[in-house]
Amino acid sequence: MSDNLQPRSADEASFAQPLYTPIKRRSFFMYAGATAGATALVLAGCSKDSDSTPVNNGISLGSGDVGVLNYAYALEQLEAAFYAQVKASTNTGLSAAETAYFSEVAAHEAIHRDFFKAAINRDAPGKILQNLTPNFSNIDFTKRLKSGTDTKLGILDAAKAFEDLGVAAYNGAGKLIKTAAYLVIAGQIVSVEARHAAYVRELITPNTFSSSDQVDASGLDKAMSPMDVIAIAQSFVTEKLDASTVGK
Amino acid sequence: MNLFNIIEHLAEVDSDVLGRFDSRRAVFNSLGSVAKRAALATSPLFLGALFQKAYAGTTSTPIDVLNYALTLELLEADFYRQFIAARQIPSGADDTAIRLIKSHEDAHVTALTAAIRALSGTPVAGTATTGIRFNASLLPASYADQLKLAQLLEDTGVRAYKGRAAELLGAPNDLLTVALQIHSVEARHAAHIRSMRNQLPWPNAADDVATDTTYTGGVPNTSTTSTVVTLGGTTYGIPAYERTKPSMAESNINQGAIGTKAALPITTAFGDTPPKYSADDAAAAFDEALQPAEVLDASRAGRLLA
Repeated sequence: MSDNLQPRSADEASFAQPLYTPIKRRSFFMYAGATAGATALVLAGCSKDSDSTPVNNGISLGSGDVGVLNYAYALEQLEAAFYAQVKASTNTGLSAAETAYFSEVAAHEAIHRDFFKAAINRDAPGKILQNLTPNFSNIDFTKRLKSGTDTKLGILDAAKAFEDLGVAAYNGAGKLIKTAAYLVIAGQIVSVEARHAAYVRELITPNTFSSSDQVDASGLDKAMSPMDVIAIAQSFVTEKLDASTVGK
Repeated sequence: MNLFNIIEHLAEVDSDVLGRFDSRRAVFNSLGSVAKRAALATSPLFLGALFQKAYAGTTSTPIDVLNYALTLELLEADFYRQFIAARQIPSGADDTAIRLIKSHEDAHVTALTAAIRALSGTPVAGTATTGIRFNASLLPASYADQLKLAQLLEDTGVRAYKGRAAELLGAPNDLLTVALQIHSVEARHAAHIRSMRNQLPWPNAADDVATDTTYTGGVPNTSTTSTVVTLGGTTYGIPAYERTKPSMAESNINQGAIGTKAALPITTAFGDTPPKYSADDAAAAFDEALQPAEVLDASRAGRLLA
């Protein structure tokens, strides 16, 4: 993202919000590849943004290490809610093996969510992010995979988007963490997310577990800043989130 | 010599230095009277002790950490070279996958070598016949066993990066992020090779290799645990093995111990009756780290080096 598109002051930040939010979305478009799924996501996100109030910076995830923990907690809340809804859905079009897989991943993500909740309440009482209200209106839980003229993401499309985003989020957040023990915990979780991402990618297209849309020529996975990640995740959350102070 | 100045200067290059001491106040209180402070502060012994404590366990430099990572990448890259050269891989999807993985390991070797040179360090090196390479006599004959070894190597790599990421906190050139970006690629590789072998994508008790040392913690008490590693003509440091705190096995279900705060037992910590999560799910939700001494031990990757 070029610097001249970034707001230069707090005043400009609010003024430029409608302008620069679509830019963030564009970065997701590149990140997710030029898939129809991404297009649907971008369009849905934009139409939603047009009604939001530019001056509202949203619910702050907090600053310093607790900000990073809340950031992870927000993403894990979303993932856990998504997989729980997959698990609760009938007529998903998933095979028996895939259904069993999703059931296990649902447990992993619920564990991550509950772990962060417990750890934040233990280490930073009173600073935990509220329970978020997921907005999965752009996901069709009766579709295994998006096809043709579908405007919504299928289950596998959404799982891939969530897992790849999670990997990029943890990779980008590592350097914002100040306490070594938290960094190790993030590392323990991100590799599980990467395993999920690799697996679900294979269900969509063989041998894309670490393909060039995700892993660059130096063999490096994506790493994204909290602001960029939340700009994407925002379209799946009812509450507006503010990640501007995470790790600061 | 002014201790306060030294600490202030250190804080400029290492913003967390004060956090590494018990606390600023504790340091000064522990010195007693002003006179005693002044006397002690000019004592090299005192300074040595103070900083040794502050940096205990983090005496390795970023170059040391990168050379350790490069050692593992060279081992992996050479393993895949021999794996492909053995011509047992079925053509089609399997062949494509192994070649893609090898291309990433080669790219990691290139990236880490460049990163070490950028810090004016000397990178470890290896070729098919010299330096750091896979011990050809240990390459299994069958494709199935070769793939099994690939899984063990990838899962070891995932654990190894986790074990040293914290040493790169605050390292220059965004090296921590680079290490994390390699780490998650290793995890993707591991998951896929597991899938190719009809195993679950994460370590679990039902794995056909669940009892392999790749998935356990610690090292046998008889193991050498030197803090200096010399491989391929290059020497680098690793943290002293924390024998009293061996790494957890992958089956571990207690997470989040920090300082004096105990780990949260995942199956029971969240107050659900009956427990909401099984031990299998609790173990699978978190991968575990390995200390360098554990990775380089002859019971793990150490034995695979030529």
